[in-house]
Amino acid sequence: MLSTLVPLPVVVPLLGAALTLLLARQPRLQRTISVLCLSGTLTVAVLLLVQAYRHGPVVVAVGAWPAPVGIVLVADQLAALMVVVSSAVTLCVLLYSIGQGRSEASETTPVVIFHPTYLVLTAGVTNAFLAGDLFNLFVGFEILLAASFVLITLGGTETRIRTGSTYVVVSILSSMVFLTAVGLVYAATGTLNLAQLAQRLDDLPDGVRLALELMLLLAFAIKAAVFPLSAWLPDSYPTAPAPVTAVFAGLLTKVGVYAIIRTETLLFPGGQADVLLMVVAGLTMVIGILGAVAQSDLKRLFSFTLVSHIGYMIFGVALSTAAGLSGAIFYVVHHITIQTTLFLVAGLVEERVGSTDLRRIGGLARVAPLLGVLFFVPAMNLAGVPPFSGFLGKLGLLQAGVAAGGPLPFVLVAAGTLTSLLTLYVASRVWNLAFWRAPRLATSEPSVRLPKLMVGATVALVAIGLALTVLAGPLFDVTADAAADLRLRTPYVRAVLPGGGP
Amino acid sequence: MTASGAGPTMVLVLAVAVLVGCGVILLLERSLTRILLGVILLGNGVNLLILLGGRPGGAPIVGTGPVEQMSDPLPQAMVLTAIVITFGLAAFLLAVAYRSWYLTGDDEVPDDLEDRQIIRRAVRNEVGTVDLGGEGPNGDPEQVDPEPARRRLRRGDEAC
Repeated sequence: MLSTLVPLPVVVPLLGAALTLLLARQPRLQRTISVLCLSGTLTVAVLLLVQAYRHGPVVVAVGAWPAPVGIVLVADQLAALMVVVSSAVTLCVLLYSIGQGRSEASETTPVVIFHPTYLVLTAGVTNAFLAGDLFNLFVGFEILLAASFVLITLGGTETRIRTGSTYVVVSILSSMVFLTAVGLVYAATGTLNLAQLAQRLDDLPDGVRLALELMLLLAFAIKAAVFPLSAWLPDSYPTAPAPVTAVFAGLLTKVGVYAIIRTETLLFPGGQADVLLMVVAGLTMVIGILGAVAQSDLKRLFSFTLVSHIGYMIFGVALSTAAGLSGAIFYVVHHITIQTTLFLVAGLVEERVGSTDLRRIGGLARVAPLLGVLFFVPAMNLAGVPPFSGFLGKLGLLQAGVAAGGPLPFVLVAAGTLTSLLTLYVASRVWNLAFWRAPRLATSEPSVRLPKLMVGATVALVAIGLALTVLAGPLFDVTADAAADLRLRTPYVRAVLPGGGP
Repeated sequence: MTASGAGPTMVLVLAVAVLVGCGVILLLERSLTRILLGVILLGNGVNLLILLGGRPGGAPIVGTGPVEQMSDPLPQAMVLTAIVITFGLAAFLLAVAYRSWYLTGDDEVPDDLEDRQIIRRAVRNEVGTVDLGGEGPNGDPEQVDPEPARRRLRRGDEAC
């Protein structure tokens, strides 16, 4: 049966983590196992997505305990789609990191720890996507956070400890807020199963519902780096190793966005917090991109564009329409791919010329033409230049905003357009400074040839980004279907509680 | 939790309030050791809060007593998980604090380097040099990987 496949995206990386830890002495075997695990996860995820698209959500009750009592893992279209994209991206980044590890003989980071931790991180991400239970979602968050703590302080240098401590403290605080919200939700409803919560939360008094909703949103917004709660991100991401930053930027914030989508559709569909969400979405977009305009380091600059574009997704969620949700889901998929690619390119730039500081590099287009292409395509994609997927995603969201009507959505549409233009400005500024100008290398002994595997992994991600453009039609079908299911809520609830629930 | 009656006892609610309050105040400090203590207090306060969400009563084992008087086992299971998680996170934070002390001699979390540069530039009313073109000033400290020894800017020093 296909339902036995559902736990595999969580179990396989966890088992792989244990194996790679045991095989710490044999790096070659360790790498092979990591790659095999993530390839397996990707295959399973694709199968799940096909099944969820054709026949509705795939549910498995862990330990054969029936739904409201036991823990369920649910792969509906949204969850399956997220697992597909996240495992594809993690696989590419893993290959990139293997390429990087091979190139540097004097690599100071303990590679022994990298592979197990990376696999645990993947397991946490997929667990959070598949969780059908609020507490299991919390556990998924904790798994990925604990792994990310290790990855962000990898090597334990002074800079990484300094930035890592900020990240660790902020993450722990958000976990505490989430845990408190979980406790309060249980106290108010007597259940944590998401499907059962969907039925019971509707009967609560409005004030209690709003309080619980805001508490959950607060916890998820810290993780998703929504504006007033986003200051930790640009301070902590840029110092980590390039593959780590790339996978954090691509996935960790999107897990927060995913949790916000679930909260706003399945648990609290009334749209009580829509105005608040729209305001913070607009502020996230504009303030984030203004931060990016002011930056002079490539990695910090990309961190700010990351924060800025989270705003688009929150905007789509806040619209509370099927079109808005569909656009938001498409944008999540697009943004995971593109933002990861850009951070990988920043890593390649650092590898090639020794720095990512725009003040110290220049003329890369002449020195490394392939690198120029690899930067140009995703950067234009991020800025939303037609015909790339970034343009299609933004267009979908802006159309949904116009269709929703009203003064606030129109302000948000204007803010979205402005952000898109400013992103284009930022991208062309990086192009002018780092890729045009007279060649200037920050290191006296640049590595002339980049490792093939690093370039290959980046090329693969750029190609996935382009494939999203070509396959945008079918993808929009899937996201529209997922959004319709999310709005209805019944497919999810019925799949988890076939008897209608107590 | 042996209290009878519908609601939780006032003592426990007050205990949650005190633990969470002290935890939050300690979290606002700059020293990682104090933050660590804050995290532990906050975590314990939240765990106690979850425990309060369930029904109090006897041991939840079938056969030991009437089902109506049993306590709710689910919050207890959740609290056990949460305690383990908090413990792990606290241990990691302790390791970070130790490493920070080992490397820099104290465990204070300094301001971000880039933030400090921006503050300094704002005080002097300067514009960033990146976009002026031409040669970049090589004297500018690299922001991502700075030299280890650098004067720490403490709170209150920014205005000078």
